Amino acid sequence: MKELKKKLAKVFGKKNLSESFDELTLVINSDDVVEVCTQLRDDFNFDILIDLCGIDYLTYGESDWNGNASSSGFGRARQAQKSSNKKEQRFGVVYHLLSVSENQRLRVKALLSSENLMIKSVTKIWNCADWYEREAFDLFGILFENHNDLRRILTDYGFVGHPLRKDFPMIGEVEMRYDEELGRVVYEPVSIEPNINVPRVIRK
Amino acid sequence: MSEMKNYTLNFGPQHPAAHGVLRLILELDGEVVERADPHIGLLHRGTEKLAESKPYNQSIGYMDRLDYVSMMCNEHAYVMGIEKMLGLKIPERAEYIRVMFDEITRIMNHLMWIGTHALDVGAMSVFLYAFRERENLIDCYEAVSGSRMHATYYRPGGVYRDLPDKMPQYLKSKLRSDKKLEEINKNRQGSLLDFIDDFAVNFPKSIQQYSDLLTDNRIWKQRLVNIAIVSADRAKQLGFTGAMLRGSGVEWDIRKNEPYSVYEKLEFDIPVGVTGDCYDRYLVRMEEMRQSTRIINQCVAWLKANPGPVMSDDHKVTPPDREAMKDDMESLIHHFKLFTEGFCLPEGESYTAVEAPKGEFGVYLVSDGANKPYRVKIRAPGFPHLASMDEMSKGHMLSDVVTIIGSQDIVFGEVDR
Repeated sequence: MKELKKKLAKVFGKKNLSESFDELTLVINSDDVVEVCTQLRDDFNFDILIDLCGIDYLTYGESDWNGNASSSGFGRARQAQKSSNKKEQRFGVVYHLLSVSENQRLRVKALLSSENLMIKSVTKIWNCADWYEREAFDLFGILFENHNDLRRILTDYGFVGHPLRKDFPMIGEVEMRYDEELGRVVYEPVSIEPNINVPRVIRK
Repeated sequence: MSEMKNYTLNFGPQHPAAHGVLRLILELDGEVVERADPHIGLLHRGTEKLAESKPYNQSIGYMDRLDYVSMMCNEHAYVMGIEKMLGLKIPERAEYIRVMFDEITRIMNHLMWIGTHALDVGAMSVFLYAFRERENLIDCYEAVSGSRMHATYYRPGGVYRDLPDKMPQYLKSKLRSDKKLEEINKNRQGSLLDFIDDFAVNFPKSIQQYSDLLTDNRIWKQRLVNIAIVSADRAKQLGFTGAMLRGSGVEWDIRKNEPYSVYEKLEFDIPVGVTGDCYDRYLVRMEEMRQSTRIINQCVAWLKANPGPVMSDDHKVTPPDREAMKDDMESLIHHFKLFTEGFCLPEGESYTAVEAPKGEFGVYLVSDGANKPYRVKIRAPGFPHLASMDEMSKGHMLSDVVTIIGSQDIVFGEVDR
């Protein structure tokens, strides 16, 4: 792994490379994802794209225990706080690569600016990215340029919203029931209350 | 004469050969598949979102429910990820128990696979034989965790409890005679390890039985040989792992190449296919069952010789002894903190993968230092396999689609998450 780290640092710059828990992470600019990934596949033999996923950094590092205990009483921290911080690079796409021949792994991370959720697709480099990118689009709303078939994949037909975003409520936004009178399934706003059983705390 | 046109067939989501809730839109030219478009997500439960809203320990049970025929392997990836980030060392005995149950799980998964695969292709009896053996393994799950499927047995820091000294036995019942009772309880007289030992001795004979029924069977070969050939290069492009990748001739097994737990100390071989068709994948999985039996034998021998703790004594992560809590203030605090708040992981991210029966099962954990994960991404092996359905079934007959689904060993709990 040391060798790989040296080689990567030479090509992509030392400051973009970090190591933690015996894993290497390469942070790249979202505009050059295709160039970098092609290089990684051809020059570094990363022949399998193990995983591709989106991530939403909206509430990163925020805990639920910020409320004033005496004024809000027992109910504090039982409802998720509205996030106040505006992140410039809210979303990210994380690629996990594997090289079978060299027995090495690498994580590549591209952060996206909040205004422009576009990133180039890597389906041409690794064909299995197809469904992974559809999933990231479905769950986070990240758009992949040059993807042939960017449909939703996991959520229902006609679903609205991107459920793994941090501002999407846990309980969802609509609920569904069968209406006897209309003789069909109807969607209505959710009637249940959001509830957090264990508040989120950060202890350093 | 009227002109023949392509037509579209909706396969599933309620079809016995769809292995759950797969909806396939097939474009057919006569009986030849032109295009297959799998629609998934009918079993989507938002596991990742749920895990992000709960303390780490409360999500172990969700892992069981992902790939619900290889429960403990999923748990293994998840708890290993937590242990990696905490830097927690776990007792060696716990590692051996985990590996033993990983392999039991692998056999369980492959028995389910061989049974349903054969059933799909048209051999009824293999299913019945496979479930006869599988029952014994489910009993092992029950003996050790109290649950026959969703065990939640692996915990950060080890396993929930040590192996029981006594294997539970069948009770007297009006439905069976005393003689029959004695017969079915014969291998349950000793401890759980004796029972597993007995299973491992007899199991190769059962594998031989399935093999006798299928391997040289003319119909079986007609249905599997040269169906859905995937070359090694294509397999890598399509993100295959596990038996799907090895069936195409790529020697890659995480247990060998990136050994985790105690796999380094155990002896076993990795079967590899040649042509990469359904038949090769069948042979690879059959051999994997034999190799798993070998690993189980070694684990049983080690576990019998080496008693010891099965849970780490770092009580920030593992629950303290119940008795110690009665008069030890610190234990009481540990207990309270662990069960109300859980434990916090250091800030950072890690990806941990295990060789699950279906392929690489990985968990990508991102922590911002809180008691809940910031992001959990589950890398399910079945997801890229099913994604290649279109490529694998192109040009094959409609009946081969069923063979391919069986050969991919799809389970929707993990594909849909």
